[in-house]
Amino acid sequence: MYAYDELDRTLINERVSEFRDQVKRRLSGELTEDEFKMLRLQNGVYLQLHAYMFRVAIPYGTLSSKQLRRLAHVARRHDRGYGHFTTRQNIQFNWIKLAELPDALADLAEVGIHAMQTSGNNTRNVTSDQWAGVAPGEIEDPRIWSELLRQYTTLHPEFSFLPRKFKFAITASAHDRAAIKVHDIGLRLHKNAEGQTGFEVLVGGGLGRTPFIGKTIKPFVLGRDLLSYVEAILRVYNQYGRRDNIYKARIKILVHELGIEKFAKEVEEEWLQIRDGALTLDDADVEEVRSRFSYPTYEKLPHMPEELKKAAHDPDFERWRKNSVSPHKAPGYAIVTLSLKPVGGPPGDATADQMDAIADLADQYSFGEIRVGHEQNLALPHVARRDLPVLWKALDKIGVATPNVNLVSDIIACPGLDYCSLANARSIPIAQELTRRFANHDTANLIGRLHINISGCINACGHHHVGHIGILGVEKNGEEFYQITIGGRADEDAEVGTLIGPAVKYGEVADVIEDIVEAYLALRARPDELFVDTVKRLGVEPFRERVYATR
Amino acid sequence: MPLVKNGRIATDAFVHVADDAPLPADGAVLISAARFLEDTEALLRRVGKTGVIWPNNRDLDDLVPHLDRLAMVVLVFPSFRDGRAYSQARLLRERYGYKSELRATGQVLRDQFVFMLRAGFDAFEVKKESDAEAFTNTARRYSVFYQPTGDGRVTALHQRMALRHSESASR
Repeated sequence: MYAYDELDRTLINERVSEFRDQVKRRLSGELTEDEFKMLRLQNGVYLQLHAYMFRVAIPYGTLSSKQLRRLAHVARRHDRGYGHFTTRQNIQFNWIKLAELPDALADLAEVGIHAMQTSGNNTRNVTSDQWAGVAPGEIEDPRIWSELLRQYTTLHPEFSFLPRKFKFAITASAHDRAAIKVHDIGLRLHKNAEGQTGFEVLVGGGLGRTPFIGKTIKPFVLGRDLLSYVEAILRVYNQYGRRDNIYKARIKILVHELGIEKFAKEVEEEWLQIRDGALTLDDADVEEVRSRFSYPTYEKLPHMPEELKKAAHDPDFERWRKNSVSPHKAPGYAIVTLSLKPVGGPPGDATADQMDAIADLADQYSFGEIRVGHEQNLALPHVARRDLPVLWKALDKIGVATPNVNLVSDIIACPGLDYCSLANARSIPIAQELTRRFANHDTANLIGRLHINISGCINACGHHHVGHIGILGVEKNGEEFYQITIGGRADEDAEVGTLIGPAVKYGEVADVIEDIVEAYLALRARPDELFVDTVKRLGVEPFRERVYATR
Repeated sequence: MPLVKNGRIATDAFVHVADDAPLPADGAVLISAARFLEDTEALLRRVGKTGVIWPNNRDLDDLVPHLDRLAMVVLVFPSFRDGRAYSQARLLRERYGYKSELRATGQVLRDQFVFMLRAGFDAFEVKKESDAEAFTNTARRYSVFYQPTGDGRVTALHQRMALRHSESASR
């Protein structure tokens, strides 16, 4: 955990008081809605279909139990008793009243949580691997750098009015759980031939209506140069990014129009001017941030404790353990994923009561720490393996032990037309229906790893482009239709999915997905060939045939 | 539009001269970049100060050689959503060592004051009277800053390190 000190707290409180003044000026009419819009967006407040939506940042996906309890409090007191975890390590509240927002922010500020820059044309919440610091084989804890970037990007005096939003993601593992290739800047910690640690910097990834996979702009940037290099990218983008068309304003378009070589050259020229300036991080700077992170003191525990051997006789427990428990860097410990994808439920939602219960369980079994992943699930990052059986019972009781992590019903979905004013079609009911169709765990397990992503409009908040199966809601003559893509992925081999054919009606989506899955089961070379690998091997044609032959 | 300078509302010493209007013989004038570049030497030979309005979509390269002879550079915010002039301001101050007045004009609202001060602006043509009056309080709104810029404010990181250093020294 990163511990805020007096300075961090002061800044958040100053931001809350500034926002209080902005809300007051809006309510009195001193600010026009047009002027206020940008200001509220910079503090995570959207105007949705039914109410204001409030998006709160969970930097690099790390939460303390105290912070989670406070989120539960906000859900209960200012909302309708639940919150929605998003694909960018944020939580959204959908029913908040404008006049209550400053108080909700003040409540959150007390535990070091804020909503700064969770929307608007500025640098957004810096996201990272939800297993950061505990995953085996990691280069180092990427949250140190995430926190340096969080501070660097917060209220940046030069880059708070960029052409468009700007998202960072960072990973330090060979397997990318942070989807860095679909971010404006993706950072991959690795070691060079000399054994130094630094970053591969990717730029220009993004989804939305024009999806691009990020390109490597510089294969190796030392940690000392990270902030100056990022500043060079942002400065070039701030000056030359398009401002004439909102749909062409992201950095991915600038990179695409200039070409990565030319863009890289511009950045390099700028960087050479500032690389030895005030942004240079010496070892002491990095140590200072590192020292503010606290780590649990792990006990020496056996890998196979008695409790686990005994529980292995319970098939329900084993099913969950095999699905939701992952290896930890410390022997005798495990990372436990909490599925927020119950059968028939909206993906990523948690009630205030669930949040409170999870906070208590984190205190009891995970050193008070909780993680939030971009797949819209939670994780307890430091669980002693001997505690797994008792923890499982407790998680099951509150409905977050569905053994479907990474399986077909672990669906990523945006709020869609049920909440969002941008949406063309519903997302949540599609997801709910699919979880019912694939509710049988044995079937889901047989199918294996399969990511379905659903977006209710072209803005792609459900990351449909990079779902193994992507579902995009569109509107045709006042009716909801859905385009289906297959073969996308968001990891280190990121790819944009391919459209399989004409859009299908709302009522047909679940049938079509079932057809695609059945086709895969018949086509796969071996039981362990993943869906996405079968698509890669065979292309979309056999799937297209299967889906449209009878329609 | 009220002008805020040195933290208080001030009268503007510069006369804005349109591109097709004759130049006054003396006194401080403010002219467009196009006119300035058309006849730079004649302008700078005038008795009286010269200020230039530099558009936010134009590279600073043509302006830089003349900086030490200018009394003012005005950078433009056509909309408060358009943040290009923040980069221009920092470059003028931090890279090219520009020392004279740096003025923000356009849609300048109170909510940008702190960012502008940090980027190096020291004069503001503020859109609303009430925002101009609120300048002093608004400028003091923040006491903690995460980024180093040319304004010299100490970052949170360096405050912490200085504190740690003094603690260990006094031990």
